[in-house]
Parts: sequence; structure tokens; C-alpha cells
Amino acid sequence: MVYNEEIFVVRKGDPMAAEARKSADVARLREQARKLRIEIVKMLAESGSGHTGGSLSAADIVTALYFYKMRHRVDEPKWPERDRFILSKGHAAPVLYGALALAGYFDKSLLGNLRKIGCPLQGHPSSKLLSGVEVSTGSLGQGLSIANGIALGLKLDKVPARVYCLLGDGETQEGQVWEAAMSAGHYQLDNLCAIVDLNSLQIDGRCEDVMRIDPVGAKWQAFGWNTIEIDGHDMQAIVAALDVAETVRGRPTIILAQTVKGKGVSVFEDKAEYHGVTPNREELAIALKELGE
Amino acid sequence: MGGREETKPQTTTDFCGQSVATRDAYGATLAELGAAHEKIVVLDADLSGSTKTAKFAKLFPERFFNMGISEQDMVGTAAGLALAGKIPFASTFAVFETGRAWEQIRQTICYSHLNVKLCASHSGLTVGEDGASHQALEDIALMRVLPGMTVIVPSDGYETRQVIQAAAAFDGPIYVRLGRAKVPACLPQEYTFEIGKGYSFGIGRDVNIVAIGIMLPMALKAKEMLAQSGIDAGVINMVSVKPLDKELLLEAAQASKFIVTCEEHSVIGGLGSAVAEYLSEQNPVLIKKIGVQDTFGCSGPADELLQLFGLTPESIVETAKAGLAQK
Ligand SMILES: Cc1ncc(C[n+]2csc(CCOP(=O)(O)OP(=O)(O)O)c2C)c(N)n1
Ligand SMILES: [Mg+2]
Repeated sequence: MVYNEEIFVVRKGDPMAAEARKSADVARLREQARKLRIEIVKMLAESGSGHTGGSLSAADIVTALYFYKMRHRVDEPKWPERDRFILSKGHAAPVLYGALALAGYFDKSLLGNLRKIGCPLQGHPSSKLLSGVEVSTGSLGQGLSIANGIALGLKLDKVPARVYCLLGDGETQEGQVWEAAMSAGHYQLDNLCAIVDLNSLQIDGRCEDVMRIDPVGAKWQAFGWNTIEIDGHDMQAIVAALDVAETVRGRPTIILAQTVKGKGVSVFEDKAEYHGVTPNREELAIALKELGE
Repeated sequence: MGGREETKPQTTTDFCGQSVATRDAYGATLAELGAAHEKIVVLDADLSGSTKTAKFAKLFPERFFNMGISEQDMVGTAAGLALAGKIPFASTFAVFETGRAWEQIRQTICYSHLNVKLCASHSGLTVGEDGASHQALEDIALMRVLPGMTVIVPSDGYETRQVIQAAAAFDGPIYVRLGRAKVPACLPQEYTFEIGKGYSFGIGRDVNIVAIGIMLPMALKAKEMLAQSGIDAGVINMVSVKPLDKELLLEAAQASKFIVTCEEHSVIGGLGSAVAEYLSEQNPVLIKKIGVQDTFGCSGPADELLQLFGLTPESIVETAKAGLAQK
């Protein structure tokens, strides 16, 4: 097996980022990400239960996927040629629900019922209950294998759709992630793009203290992946990375996105305590103010 | 395990009346189905020679995915292939398929109710010399407890072929328990398998023996032996462990007021438990369970192991007589 040894690194000011700047309406996406963050904090405050930090850290990435990169049809969620998104870090369900609602998959009013009895917005995404969710997740470490399977199936049928999979950094401590990393490399799944939300935190603290995952890039490269390192809150860089990933042939791409857990709301930023704690009334007020609502 | 196992050339037989291992019937049927159905894909975890998926792999290499020794990833990948509209069959040894990947089966396959076929070989004691580490005696329990899972345990090659055909046609997760050892043919030509249906070899007035897998031919032998002592025993093939054939079970329980269950599995959580769970609520009767008594297996030739663990026609007879004395 021959790999293209070139490693792409997209940062601010890169020529590739400049290309993307032309093609994408970055300002529009930034505005969309702001709206998404507002929906996230509102639904979590309303629900009183759910995961704040990891939803906010992924908001820019998920915005770029749903409102820039992915080809999907709101009125035809099962369109066979749609690009697929697998939220492997299923606890960040609010970021997915917010994006699906903003895209028009269901009415925004549903968001307030998050985690309530009878609401399809389960604590972790359920594909049986909510259209737009590809597969149920919530148990960490399983999404990449599923994404691989979809990518293999699409290749067999010569469907040009792409598969995106979002993982947490703590999540990559799961052994199955590396089984799947090996499989994607082996089967040269270039229709697959994984993204790691490198917010440096997991439940019990900093990843480097709980269980070191560094060096992240070298690990994925060793498994046969093309790696792209970006600032996961720089919309230009996210867009450019997603564009570059689509051009890589013969191997899967992983976007290693450096993020801040709780991004966008000062009281939640970079705090492990806000992993699974929702905003109280005062925090919601601060959040909405900082998010310009 | 580890020795080279020959892949026999593709057969077109229906295995009726033939003595063959259920895994061999599986491999042949899979190859046959692969030719007819483009959507069928097969995954294995480095045991394709033993599970007999190698036959399919040879014929349809582009639709066969060897995932290496990574059962959790195999199950997850099968789920993804199902999501992409394929009909994936994922095989390895029963102990690894249901044990190592149990949570993946729960979270990904059952919770999303995906169309994945889990066909595991090397179930039970008849794995033989490889010993306890490789002898799945808990797999039925592990699969049966999962919401939406169908659990099927065929007894011979003829039945296995029909089970695999039905599994391919069925939409939803299904676990098929297959074995390593050659087993005698016991189902008649007129038999047709249906999910949720058992098969009665005659309902007995004194006792009814409910059996699965390799225990079915033993139950039939026991029935003959009991007849010689003037005991009228019936035999039911409860191939569909989940959903259970409740109607047939109720009929048997009402006729004899005494049931003996037989399985090459732990007496905890398997067929015996399923039967007891149902009858204790609907029609409580005496139930005796033949199986492995809450212990691990061990190394040895398969037939000797069955003797050692009391999985024989003689022990069925003994248990039936003891139960009748107790009634
Ligand atoms: C298999 C599994 N083990 C444990 C958990 C409980 N859990 C939920 S989130 C989490 C931490 C995740 O950290 P990370 O992947 O870094 O996510 P993020 O920081 O983006 O929230 C844990 C341990 C789980 N959901 N699944
Ligand atoms: Mg994290």
C-alpha cells in the first residue's frame, strides 16, 4: 500500500485557507454558529440536564458540516446520496439537535423538551425516534466503526456521498477507536473524514492527567490516515480543512481540531466541571449576553 | 483451534438427511445466497476458515471484509453496512461475537434496530479440545436479553440452510447459533422453518422434552428409550428461542404437566430459563433443565465432554423419570 506522505496543516494565512475563504461564506457560518450556541445553552438550561462543554466546543465544526460541507436534504432525510454525519461523542447531542433544528429537520420548539418523557430528543441521539439522526450513539468509542461500515457500503454501490464522524479526545482512549482506525486505513476509506474535538478535557479532568493521548497526529498517521491540524474555532480553517479532506485519495482524513470546552461562554470555558452540568438561570443570562442574544 | 480447516467445494444440496456441521451448512448457504443477492456482504474476524465464511469470501471477494482480530469493530462495521442498505452477515466464534462485542450489539445494532445477521460458530462444549475459553455457554442468555433481538438455534444442516435463508429475508437483528461438530440429520423433508415457530415431533402425555441444537437428536433418542419403559414422551424442537413458540409450549405443558428442557448452554439464562419464564406466568408446571450447571467447560473430545457434563440421551431419560416420580 502506498500512501501520499504529504501532511496537510491548515492554519490562518495558509494559501489553502485563502482558497476556502473565497468559496465559503465564512461570515454567514460564524453567525450560524453563534445561533447554534444560543440554542444549545437555551435547551440545556430548559432541560436542566445534559452536556454543555462538549456541545459548545463542537459548535463551529458541526455548523460547518451542516451549513457548508454536507450535502443533505431536510425534506428527504433518507436521500441515498446524502453525506452522513455520525456523532460518535453522542453526549454532545445538543449540538446535533440544535443544528438539525436550525437546518429545519424539526421545529425549534421541540428543543425545550430535551430529555423529557415522550420527546424524541433523547439524552443521547436515537435514530429510531428522531429523523436526521443516522444511528443511535452514546456509548463512546463505537461511531468510527459504524462510519467505516457506511463508507464501505457507499463505495460498494459507487455512491459519491461522504461520511463524517465526530469524536471526543477522551473518547479516543477507547480501544475500539483504534480497531476502527486500523480498518479505515486498511480499506483506504477516502470517502471518510473523522474529526476529533480536541478540547483537552474529559469528565475526570484533563486528558493528559487522566490518560495521555498525545502524540495524537503521529498516532493517526501511523494508522494510515491523512491528518489535518486546525484551530477548531477558526471557521476559515474548518472550511478549508473539510475542502482539503475531500480531495485526498487512497486514505481517510482526520481533522484534529484544537478547541476549548465550553467555547463561547466565559463561565464554562475550559472547565471540566461543566462537562455534564447545565446553565443555571444566572449562567444562562451571562451566556445569552456573551453570545449577543 | 488454529489448525488449518479445509473449505469444501460449494454444494447445492439442501442438506436434508445429511450429517453435517451446522457451520458447514451455513457456509454453503451463504455462498449460495451471495450469488442470488447482491446486497449480501460478509464480515469475519480472522476465523473465516472455521466459521466457513471463507467460501463466500472466495466467490465474492469484493463483498467480504476481513476485519482482523477485532470483533467490536467488526460488529460496528456491520452496523454501518446495514445503514448503507447492505445485508451484512458477521461471523466469528460465539464466545467472541456475543461476549467481546456485546455492548456494540446492544448499543449500535439493537438500539437502532439494524439489519445485521450475527451468525456465530463454535458454540457450546462441542468446540472440544480448545477448552473453556472457546466454549460459549452464555451466548443465548447474552443475546436473548437484548430488546428486538431474534435468537435462533438450528439443529441440523437442513434446518440451518432454511434458517440462513430466512435470516437474509428477515429485516432486523438476528443471532444464529452454529456449531463446530458434525451433527446427525433429524428434521424431516416436509419441515419448514419459520421465525417464532417450533416443531413438534409429537406431544407426550407424561413428559415433553423441549430441545435445541445438538440436544434435539438426543431428545428423540430419549423419547424412544422412555417409550420402552411405557412413558409417553413428546419432543419439541424450540429452534426459535426468541421469539419463543408460546402456543406450542403451552400445548405441551398442558398435555404433560412436566417439561424437560435440553440445551448445550448454561442452565442460567438460556432455553430452560426462557421456557420457565413463560410457563411460570402462564401455566406453571414442573420444569427440569438439562444443560451445563453454572460451570465452565474444559478441554477434551466433544463426545466425551458431552458425557462428562451430562448432555446425553441417558441423562434426559434419568431426569424425565426423576421428574415423573416427583410429579
Ligand atoms: C463507553 C462509555 N464510557 C463512559 C461514558 C461516560 N462518559 C460520557 S462523556 C465522557 C467523557 C468524554 O470525554 P470526551 O470524549 O473528551 O468528550 P468531550 O470532552 O468532547 O465532551 C464519559 C467518560 C460513555 N458515555 N461511554
Ligand atoms: Mg474532551
